[in-house]
Amino acid sequence: MTRTRRRRLMLVGCLLLGLSAAAALMLTAFKQDMLYFHEPSAIAAGTVPINTRFRIGGLVKMGSVSRPGDGMTVHFAIADCDASVPVTYSGTLPDLFRQGQGVIAYGKLDAQGTFVADRILAKHDSNYMSSDTARALKAKTSVSCMPSRLQASR
Amino acid sequence: MIPELGHLALILALAMALVQSLWPIYGIVCQRPAYQRVAGPAAVGQFLMLGAAFVALGWAFFFNDFSVVYVAENSNTNLPWFYRLGAIWGAHEGSLLLWMMELAMWSLAVALASRSLPREVASGVLAVMGLVSVGFLLFTLTTSDPFTRQFPAPGQGRDLNPLLQDPGLVFHPPMLYMGYVGFCVAFAFAITALITGRVDAAWTRWTRPWTLAAWVFLTIGITLGSLWAYNELGWGGWWFWDPVENASFMPWLVGTALIHSLAVTEKRGIFQSWTVLLAITAFALSLLGTFLVRSGVLVSVHAFATDPSRGIYILSFFAIVVGSSLLLYAIRAPRFQSGSEPVAVLSREGLLLMNNLFLVVAAAAVLIGTLYPIFADALGFGRISVGPPYFNKVFVPLTAPLVLFIGAGAAMAWKRTRRETLKSRLWLPAIAAVVVGVALPALTVGVHVVAAVAGCVLGCWAIATALEELWRRIRGTRIKLPRQILGMALAHIGVGIFVIGVSLVSGYGGERDARMVPGQSVDFGGYSIVFNGIRAEKGPNYTARVGEFDIRRDGETVAHVTPAKRAYDHSGQQMTEAGIDHRLFGDLYVSLGDSLSGKAWSVRIYDRPFVFWIWAGGFLAAFGGLLALSDKRYWRRRRARETDPAKAVRSPGHGPLDEVGT
Repeated sequence: MTRTRRRRLMLVGCLLLGLSAAAALMLTAFKQDMLYFHEPSAIAAGTVPINTRFRIGGLVKMGSVSRPGDGMTVHFAIADCDASVPVTYSGTLPDLFRQGQGVIAYGKLDAQGTFVADRILAKHDSNYMSSDTARALKAKTSVSCMPSRLQASR
Repeated sequence: MIPELGHLALILALAMALVQSLWPIYGIVCQRPAYQRVAGPAAVGQFLMLGAAFVALGWAFFFNDFSVVYVAENSNTNLPWFYRLGAIWGAHEGSLLLWMMELAMWSLAVALASRSLPREVASGVLAVMGLVSVGFLLFTLTTSDPFTRQFPAPGQGRDLNPLLQDPGLVFHPPMLYMGYVGFCVAFAFAITALITGRVDAAWTRWTRPWTLAAWVFLTIGITLGSLWAYNELGWGGWWFWDPVENASFMPWLVGTALIHSLAVTEKRGIFQSWTVLLAITAFALSLLGTFLVRSGVLVSVHAFATDPSRGIYILSFFAIVVGSSLLLYAIRAPRFQSGSEPVAVLSREGLLLMNNLFLVVAAAAVLIGTLYPIFADALGFGRISVGPPYFNKVFVPLTAPLVLFIGAGAAMAWKRTRRETLKSRLWLPAIAAVVVGVALPALTVGVHVVAAVAGCVLGCWAIATALEELWRRIRGTRIKLPRQILGMALAHIGVGIFVIGVSLVSGYGGERDARMVPGQSVDFGGYSIVFNGIRAEKGPNYTARVGEFDIRRDGETVAHVTPAKRAYDHSGQQMTEAGIDHRLFGDLYVSLGDSLSGKAWSVRIYDRPFVFWIWAGGFLAAFGGLLALSDKRYWRRRRARETDPAKAVRSPGHGPLDEVGT
């Protein structure tokens, strides 16, 4: 084996080593930090595991927002066409959080079936709805119940 | 009338772009110099036409012509004039126009500078840029015409998205796009090199300043965007790993790798194929960013609502551009002869190779994290999202070595460096880095977060080694320090300052939610924050409730901040304006939450130590790039070439800068 070849082999070896380290790093990080998206009706059906972090999306149910106690914790419900899930959140709500608006919440489901959120997103454009939320609001009949606030307030 | 003229100008610009691309290509194929020369004037014409279209849209915004749909949807008579002009690029159609306008500006610059280039290269570069322009102009004219009219015209517009009503809107998008689009020049040079089959020192010397200029713009654009997000979003964060942020960050990473590999190619005549591939990749990622933002596949604060036909058009355009250039690369790149000398690990090019490796892998990691959710959804793996924890976990271990390399690289000479030389140059900076890196947090925030202190030492290492290199080069020589070297050192110092800022703000930043009634005070991070009440304020197109807060330390008022909640008149949309007390060693950031029962408000207070250093570092790096760009060597050689072309194509390894540092 010539000197150049040996060098090249070393270089390629180093490259492979580095790449596989990077890949391993990414895969483990992926496994831990991937967040699934679930719809309120899937949660109501009981198919979603508790104490695992995930995202939930839907509309803030009309008349569901309350601030018991000193008001630092907000209670509300996220609903799609078929079901709604109670949510608690302590912290500052985003500017676009409103009843009947689409939101996405990050958090875990506790044993009582309440979603404990640690982060709430409401999108910046009042007409905008994330594709996940839009799909969560689509009834199985392919007729969308999306924009109507009346239906979300059932 | 004016909007119709704007529309007509767009169509004429398309015609000009076709002339700019097809005619010279025909000229190159048939060896007709006269046809090749058409590229320059056509580029000037295209610029004038796009400029006219841009002015027409600006006119419509300035004079509130709501018969233009785009204006009616994004402006309002109550909007201050500078936001009305900024609103030109406040949504999809106009930001595309901005993109094309800036592409035309870069083409114009190339056309003006083309006298110093061989005719074939100049016309080839302009032709490739013309082709890209054709693609975007067709896209605009077919799917997103900003000049569409509506009758009857509404009396009032729908107002600009409140989130965009910030000085950031005026500067951030144009700067960012200048960077994005600027990589098109490097891309065009790469394609021309593949066609002519020539990647030599002369080629790299032409490509370098353009790439550097694009990099400077992109750096400024990203830094401004981060500053804007910090001031405007009210979450006290400066980077969110939002898909659209990533879309601008990936070309930056690859572009940074490109300016470094160009240096190696120029100095040592190696890495040619790699450099060309990087140039293609940087622009491909810019296009991908455009696709991600414009197609609506991403859930993001930046994504405008869009229709699917646009996504399909951009995706096919992306596939054609990237596919054909990679095909060309695969066919032509094996022809480049590379230097046969092996690269030593202990040499400047060895470290620059490592720099490239890490930067590209980092870009790949960001790419995977950004695209994986889209693919997973399309392939039916479920709807997932990849959040900041992924990026932080992957990114920190990938970039920490990079900062180490910056320091070691400063002490390296080209070709080979003796270990003893390295030791004699690096021991002092190493000690300085550890001492300052520990002392700085110890004197300000404490040393109990080990990872943050380690990051701080790393940042100081980059600064100390850059200073050592400067000092070594100034000392004992009467030659004035070339601006290129000074610029490089400043950029690396900027990186160091940035790293210190990031480490300390992530390690020590804290926040606290509080329920406050007027007169109440809250203790936080050694300060006490006093809430003095809420007053109403009327803005041009909003009404605000402004909170009055005093920040006290040891009983003395040191600052007064006024966070606000604005309700915009037209949309009723609410916006939070943070109240920030900026300091050299950290900000106190007060954000008004929700109005609770009685007169109480929920208030969120953030402690953000050293956060200002993040942007200071970014701007310093950009300034370093600008300084390097002004180096005489880029300008002098141009003129020299005209008189003696044989001399300009010098063999690698004999420049005036090669001796320095050995």
